[in-house]
Amino acid sequence: MTKYIPHTSEDEQKMLAEMGLTRMSELFSEIPADLMLEEEPDLGPALSEYELRQYFRKLARQNVAGDNAAIFLGAGSYDHYIPAAVSALAGRSEFTTAYTPYQPEISQGTLQAIFEFQSYMTLLTGMDVSNASMYDGAMSLAEAVLMARAQSRRDHVLLAANIHPLYLETIKTYCVPHGITLDLLAYNETSGMLDTESIRSALKEDTAALVVALPSFHGIMQENLEEITSLVHNNKSLFIVSWDPTAAGLYKTPGSLGADIVTGEAQSLGQDLNFGGPYLGFIAVTEKLMRRLPGRIVGLSEDKDGRRAYVLTLQAREQHIRRDKATSNICTNQGLNALRAVIYLAFTGESGLREVAKQSYSKAHYLYDELLASGAWEKRFDGPFYKEFSLFYRGDCKLLNQALLDEGIIGGLRLSRVGDDESAYLIAVTEKRSREDMDRFVKIASTVYSAGKGGPK
Amino acid sequence: MRLKSEALLFEQGQEGRQAWSLPALDCEDRSSEIKPELARSEKLGLPALSELEVVRHFTALSQKNYSIDGGFYPLGSCTMKYNPKINEEVASLSAFSSLHPLQESSTVQGALAVLDELERHLSSLTGFDRFTFQPSAGAQGELVGLLTIRAYHESRGDNSRTKILVPDAAHGTNPASATSAGFKTVEIKSDSRGNMDLDALKAALGDDVAGLMLTNPNTLGLFETNILEITRLVHEAGGLLYYDGANANAIIGQCRPGDMGFDVCHLNLHKTFSTPHGGGGPGSGPVGVKEFLVPFLPKPMVEKDDNGNFYWDDNRPASIGKVHAFYGNFAVALRALAYIKSLGGGGLREVSSHAVLNANYIRVKLQDDWEPAVNRSSMHEVVFSGRKQKHKYGVTTLDVAKRLIDLGYHPPTMYFPLIVEEALMIEPTETESKETLDSFIAAMKQISREMKESPELLKEAPVKQPIGRPDEARAARLPRLTFAALSKDKD
Repeated sequence: MTKYIPHTSEDEQKMLAEMGLTRMSELFSEIPADLMLEEEPDLGPALSEYELRQYFRKLARQNVAGDNAAIFLGAGSYDHYIPAAVSALAGRSEFTTAYTPYQPEISQGTLQAIFEFQSYMTLLTGMDVSNASMYDGAMSLAEAVLMARAQSRRDHVLLAANIHPLYLETIKTYCVPHGITLDLLAYNETSGMLDTESIRSALKEDTAALVVALPSFHGIMQENLEEITSLVHNNKSLFIVSWDPTAAGLYKTPGSLGADIVTGEAQSLGQDLNFGGPYLGFIAVTEKLMRRLPGRIVGLSEDKDGRRAYVLTLQAREQHIRRDKATSNICTNQGLNALRAVIYLAFTGESGLREVAKQSYSKAHYLYDELLASGAWEKRFDGPFYKEFSLFYRGDCKLLNQALLDEGIIGGLRLSRVGDDESAYLIAVTEKRSREDMDRFVKIASTVYSAGKGGPK
Repeated sequence: MRLKSEALLFEQGQEGRQAWSLPALDCEDRSSEIKPELARSEKLGLPALSELEVVRHFTALSQKNYSIDGGFYPLGSCTMKYNPKINEEVASLSAFSSLHPLQESSTVQGALAVLDELERHLSSLTGFDRFTFQPSAGAQGELVGLLTIRAYHESRGDNSRTKILVPDAAHGTNPASATSAGFKTVEIKSDSRGNMDLDALKAALGDDVAGLMLTNPNTLGLFETNILEITRLVHEAGGLLYYDGANANAIIGQCRPGDMGFDVCHLNLHKTFSTPHGGGGPGSGPVGVKEFLVPFLPKPMVEKDDNGNFYWDDNRPASIGKVHAFYGNFAVALRALAYIKSLGGGGLREVSSHAVLNANYIRVKLQDDWEPAVNRSSMHEVVFSGRKQKHKYGVTTLDVAKRLIDLGYHPPTMYFPLIVEEALMIEPTETESKETLDSFIAAMKQISREMKESPELLKEAPVKQPIGRPDEARAARLPRLTFAALSKDKD
C-alpha cells in the first residue's frame, strides 16, 4: 500500500465500477498516449518512516547549527530566544492544517489570531493599519515602493544606500518592469548615516518616496528623523521605513516620527532561523493608504445575533476579485509565522520586548568596546547602533571565522561577500549571547590577528 | 449551542504580569545611552499576560478552527491532502531549524544537499532542467516565471512582446502576476468542451505576445487534450509557455509538463507536496525552467564544486535578481523532500491516480443532483453548477456551502472558476477514503432534498458554529482592523 492512500483494491474496484471502468489506467484515457510516462519516475526507493527519520538525521549531521554553537551572524536574521510555548501552541494541527479562512464561521481561530497580529504590528510600528503578513522583509519593502508609486503617480524613488543589499536587489527586481527610476542615496562614510543635506538635494519633483532602514544594514539607527520626515513631506513624497520590530522595545516607532509606510522582517518575533525561511514580512500604513495595502486583511464584524465575527475584508483589493487590477498578486502569505509572532508577543509583552532590546543593545555595546580595546579591530562608523555593528578587522576575516568555528562559535558576516572591503565585518549580538561567548570571541580574534601579523607573507 | 466568544489578548492580562523568562543581563545595561530624540518614552500598549492566559487563549482559538486533521476539506484547486507528521519532525530537527542563512557553505552542506536533491526530483517529475526555491508561494512563482520570460525576450532584443495570454477560467493570481511583471493580460475563452478555444488562441497570437499561462488540467478539472497543438502554436508565434502547477496533483508521475511543450513552471509545495497550509501559509512556489532559461533564474543557485561540495553561486550576470532576501521557504522545501522520499516515483503515481479516482467517484455520484459544468470525465477535481437550484429554489451555492458546514464538512470552493454560474469545485485528494467520500455524498444528497423541502435550513445555516454568517458588507464599509478601532467604537 502506498503511504497516506487508504484505498484497498476492493475499494478501487467498487469505485471504478460506478463510473463504468475496470482499470485505474483508464482514468487517464484523455491524455495523449505519447505524453504518458512509460515507467514511474526514478526518485530512488520509497523510504519507510523509520528510514526517513534516519536519512534526514544523517543529512542534518552535515550541518553546524546554532543549537550547538553561539551565533554572531545577523544581516536580516537574528538568533533571539523563542519561548517553548510558541512551537507548542502554533504547532497545534488545528492551526497548521487549516486552510485560508475563507469560511469565517469555521475559521474564527485563525481570523482572530490574524486580527491580533495586525493589532500588535500597528503598535510596534506606530501606524494605523497592518495587513495579515507578507513573504519577508525584502518583498514587503519592494511592495511598499510600488505602493508609493501607485499612490503618488511619481516614478522616482530614493533608496538609502545602507539598506540591506539583498533587499535593494529585491526592490530592483520588483521595479524593473514598471519604469521606476531607483536612485541610491549615499550615506556618510564616517557616521554610517544619511546626511539631511544630501536628502534635501536628492529629492526631486517626481520623487515618490524616500526609503530608509531602521536600523541600517550596518545596525545603525538614523538620527534627525523628524527633520528628514519634514523634508520628505514638504516635497509631497512618502516616507518609507524598513523596521526591526524588536527595536520598538527601546526606540521611538517610525509611525510616531511620521512614516507613511513601515515594512520589515518579523523573523525576530518567534521564527526559527530555518536557513532563511519561512520568515515573516509585514507592512503597516497610515489610514489614508489603507485601501492600497496588498494581501489579506482581517476585520471585525458581527453575525446577526450580534456576536463578534472576524472576517477577511477589503477583498476588492485582492487578486481573486480585482485580478489584473489587484494591489498585488499575493495570495498565500506567511499565516503560521504570523501566528508564531502573536504568541511570541503575547508571551513577551512590553516588559519582555524592552528586556530583549535592552540586553541585545547592551551586549552588542559590550562586545564592540572589548573588540576595539583588543587592538585587533578598527572603528568604522560613529553613528549610534542597536544590536549589530560593523568594524574593520586587522587580521584575515576568513581565518577568523574558521578559528571561531573550531571553537564552536559561528562568527559574523564577512562583508566582502556583499561587495564590501575585505576587512569589513558585521557582528550581531542578541540576548542569547553570554559574556563568556563574547569574551572568547574577542580572545580568538586577537589570537588570529597576532598569528597573522608574525606569520610569513 | 455555540462555543463562547474568546476575548482579544488586548482585553486580557494585567499590568505586572509576566510570562517571559530570560537570564539576567551579564554585563552593564547601556540602554540609557540612547539619545532622547531616538528613545521611546511612551508606552506601546502591549498587554501583560501570564503564561497560562496565553496558553488558554490560543488553545481556545484552535478549537474554533476546522482543519484537515479534523475533517474532510474538498476545496477545489487547493489540494487539501493529509500533512504527514514525520515531515514535521524532520523540519524541526534543530540542525536544520537553527541554521542561519548566511553561514559559510562548509557548515550547511546538509541543507544544500536537501535543496539539490529536491531540485533533481522535481526536475525528474516535471521534465524541467533546473529549479529555484526562492518564491515563497505560487503567486510569487508566477512572478518569477513571467520575469524570466520577460528577460528572455529582452535578451533577444525583442521589446515588443507586451502581452500575456491566460484562459478566461484562470486563477486570479495569473492576471495579477502578469501585471506585476509589467504585462497586459488578454483572456482567451474556453470552448463548449471546457478546453481552450483554439481559434480564439490563434486570433490572439502575434509578435506582441510574450507567452501563455496555463494550468493543465485546467480550473474546470479537465485535461487540455489539444495541449501539444497549443504549445506548438505559441512557440511558432515566438511566445513561451508557462505552466501553473496548481493542479499538478492530477498528473504527477503520469505525465510531465516539460514534455507538453511548457518552458517554465511553478509548483505549489503546499498543495501537491503535502506541506501544511498553516491557515494561509507559509507555502512555497519553486520555479522550474528549461535549460535555455536557466541563466535568468533568481540568484543564488545551488551548485557543486569539483570536490563534491555544495555552494551558493551568485555569479549569474543574466539573473532577474532576487525576490526573497535569502533562499525562500527552506523549511517548507525540506518537508516536501521528506514527502517525496516517503512515496518514491511509484507512490506519486498512486497519488495522482487515486486523486483522479476520488474526484470522478464524486462526479458520478452527484451528477444527478448537480449539473456538471462540462459533460466530461474529470481529473482530480470536478466542477458543478448550482444554476438550476438557484433558479428553481432560490438556493445559492453559498447557501449549500453554509449548510454543509452544519453537517460537519468544510465547503468546496465556491464561485470559482468565474465562467461557471454558481460554481462548486470539489477536489477530494487521494488521502480520503471511500467511506469519507460516501458520507460527504450522503450529506450533499441530503442538502439536495432539503432545498426542496425545507430551504430555511440552508438559508439560516450555519447554526452550530461559534458564529453565524457574518455581515461582510459592513466589515468592508466600516473597516475595523485593529483593537484600537474597537476602543474608538466605545467612545
